Amino acid sequence: MSQHPTTYVPKSAFGKWFESRLPIAGLIHSSFIAFPVPRNLNYFWTFGAILVFMLVSQIVTGVFLAMYYTPNASLAFQSVEHIMRDVNYGWLLRYLHANGASMFFVAVYIHIFRGLYYGSYKAPREILWILGVIIYGLMMATAFMGYVLPWGQMSFWGATVITNILAAIPVVGDTIQSLLWGGYSVGNPTLNRFFSIHYLLPFMIFGVVILHIWALHVPGQNNPTGVPIKSGKDAVPFTPYATIKDIFATVVFMIFFAWFVFYIPNYLGHADNYIPANPSVTPAHIVPEWYFLPFYAILRAIPDKLGGVIAMFASIAVLAFVPWLDTSRVRSTNYRPLYKQFFWILVADTLLLGWLGAKPPEGWYVIVSQIATAYYFIHFLIILPVLGFIERPLPLPNSILDSVMGVKGGAGLPTGANAEPQSKG
Amino acid sequence: MRALGNNIMMKRTLLIAAAVLGLSAPAFAAGETPVPPQLKWSFHGPFGTFDRAQLQRGFKVYREVCSSCHSLSYVAFRNLAQPGGPEFSEAQVKALAAEYKIQDGPNDAGDMFERAGRPADHFPAPFPNENAAAAANGGKAPPDLSLMAKARTYERGFPWFVFDMFTQFAETGPDYVHAVLTGYEEAPADFKVPEGGHFNEYYPGHVIAMPKPLSDGQVEYPKDANGQPQAPETVEQYSRDVTAFLMWTAEPHLEARKRIGFQAILFLIVLSGLLYFTKKKIWARVGHSDLTTHQA
Repeated sequence: MSQHPTTYVPKSAFGKWFESRLPIAGLIHSSFIAFPVPRNLNYFWTFGAILVFMLVSQIVTGVFLAMYYTPNASLAFQSVEHIMRDVNYGWLLRYLHANGASMFFVAVYIHIFRGLYYGSYKAPREILWILGVIIYGLMMATAFMGYVLPWGQMSFWGATVITNILAAIPVVGDTIQSLLWGGYSVGNPTLNRFFSIHYLLPFMIFGVVILHIWALHVPGQNNPTGVPIKSGKDAVPFTPYATIKDIFATVVFMIFFAWFVFYIPNYLGHADNYIPANPSVTPAHIVPEWYFLPFYAILRAIPDKLGGVIAMFASIAVLAFVPWLDTSRVRSTNYRPLYKQFFWILVADTLLLGWLGAKPPEGWYVIVSQIATAYYFIHFLIILPVLGFIERPLPLPNSILDSVMGVKGGAGLPTGANAEPQSKG
Repeated sequence: MRALGNNIMMKRTLLIAAAVLGLSAPAFAAGETPVPPQLKWSFHGPFGTFDRAQLQRGFKVYREVCSSCHSLSYVAFRNLAQPGGPEFSEAQVKALAAEYKIQDGPNDAGDMFERAGRPADHFPAPFPNENAAAAANGGKAPPDLSLMAKARTYERGFPWFVFDMFTQFAETGPDYVHAVLTGYEEAPADFKVPEGGHFNEYYPGHVIAMPKPLSDGQVEYPKDANGQPQAPETVEQYSRDVTAFLMWTAEPHLEARKRIGFQAILFLIVLSGLLYFTKKKIWARVGHSDLTTHQA
């Protein structure tokens, strides 16, 4: 999967015979065993493995749920209750799957912000980053359709609101909307096709994840210094070093996951979704799942409907252009004193947008949403490009090894060229 | 055709307007709804369990009061005997089910017929269908109660919703149900209750269609050794008991969930401890491992 020549040598005669016909063992060996990993990765780099775990967990629990679930508007709600009450450990499967979606997003948001902080999108990792944005988009579509399946009040009205948004797209909007609905409003055909697509998309995600990992293995992983691997001393082999660390971090994440599943399984959901869908009763508050709230706030911040839709899609699409919007040549924000501050302002702005997304669009909430939305775009479209020109970065370490050993930077920059004696810790 | 198209367009426009502009407009303008009081529930927290006697009393309240209007369609008689619930005996459940008439059929002659209930039957609904329920109740069918304790809530607001994650406070539903059951009061002088409505302090907007369902002494509770009722026969106690019962009907595997959860989390903590030391030992070979972010 990478450019690294494989060091795998099959030992048995069968191994040799097989490897000469399908070199998959060598591929796995070079990708996940011998693959060189920067030795200075921190725990934010374990979220890739955690995300793979979450994807597999969602697919496995989802396949079992689909054995009991009935995608029919008059039976769906009942079939979910059947799972919760009568299927052996059905409640566990469903709570794992419903909370698993949220955990997937928790992990992906940490993963995305890690990439933004350490400049993991910069050359030569642009394609890797864009594939990540595509995965994120597919995840959002999958999660949205999954939330519709229990066919509760929030499922139905969430689907109604979101599909109505798509109708604002000029020319093709109405067609897209009728295709999604399969009729003149959200109804049984909508539920049928959402179920079908909800089952399909995770496998597409799986495919793009393979491309994502492939694209990662060509340049190798970024690291907290942003300085590439220069010698063997900068790296350790993936196995056992990265594998054991990823497994440990995944198990710790599972504790967090289990806390929600077993103790507060409905905390991240909506009470209204335990009321069967009723097209003639609109819930008092229609709110999307927490992971969509920042985008929902952006949608509602724009007084014009089409404008709101454009802003919402643009807020996601802008991520794909970050590799070119960021003009700084320094990857890691650790060496970018100015950008570091703006990074954390962006994090705060996103959280603020999330909070606003759950609030009614009235009074000062609207004004604050508009300011926060404006700042979101200003960050990516103005601050990010401009900072690269005006910021004076800190000296970078000569190598990962120097950084690990506490040697202060050099790399041709004026200050700190003289190495300090090694200091532990 | 055009009229239909216009109608659809109009409906769509309204929906869009609702979606984009007014979605979350405050549900009701008439006065502030107070926050329901937080009760101590036996099923709260990591080791929470149901109180069998309370569930049995709560079932009695449901059966003698609520069931005349509200269905409980997701619950079967047999559920009343299963572990983690009221745990009536099999014989009690069999006898109880037999008291109900269940419509069955069609038989070989093609006729529907009535027979005595069996443990596998679900609780029959008080009305033959939703329209009948609505017609008998002023135009709106009384909701099914199976999921009521999870289908209602109130807004916790910042920062409480953050703390709730750590304290495992997941009882907004039961608190709300209890508050509404005990929230019937005389309407304030300046508050006009519309025809067919009833004033309730905790119901959003204060006007609820359901008349005050419970009154003191209405349901007779089992007697203890001294011939006294095992719990006070008051509206307050009835409300608590029936709410606990409805929490069980909404989450019949709550006890198993919390018990398995404790085992699972304990296992994961031990496993993560072992993995941590394994990781430490492996990384000891390369010296410094993952400390660099602080050394920039």
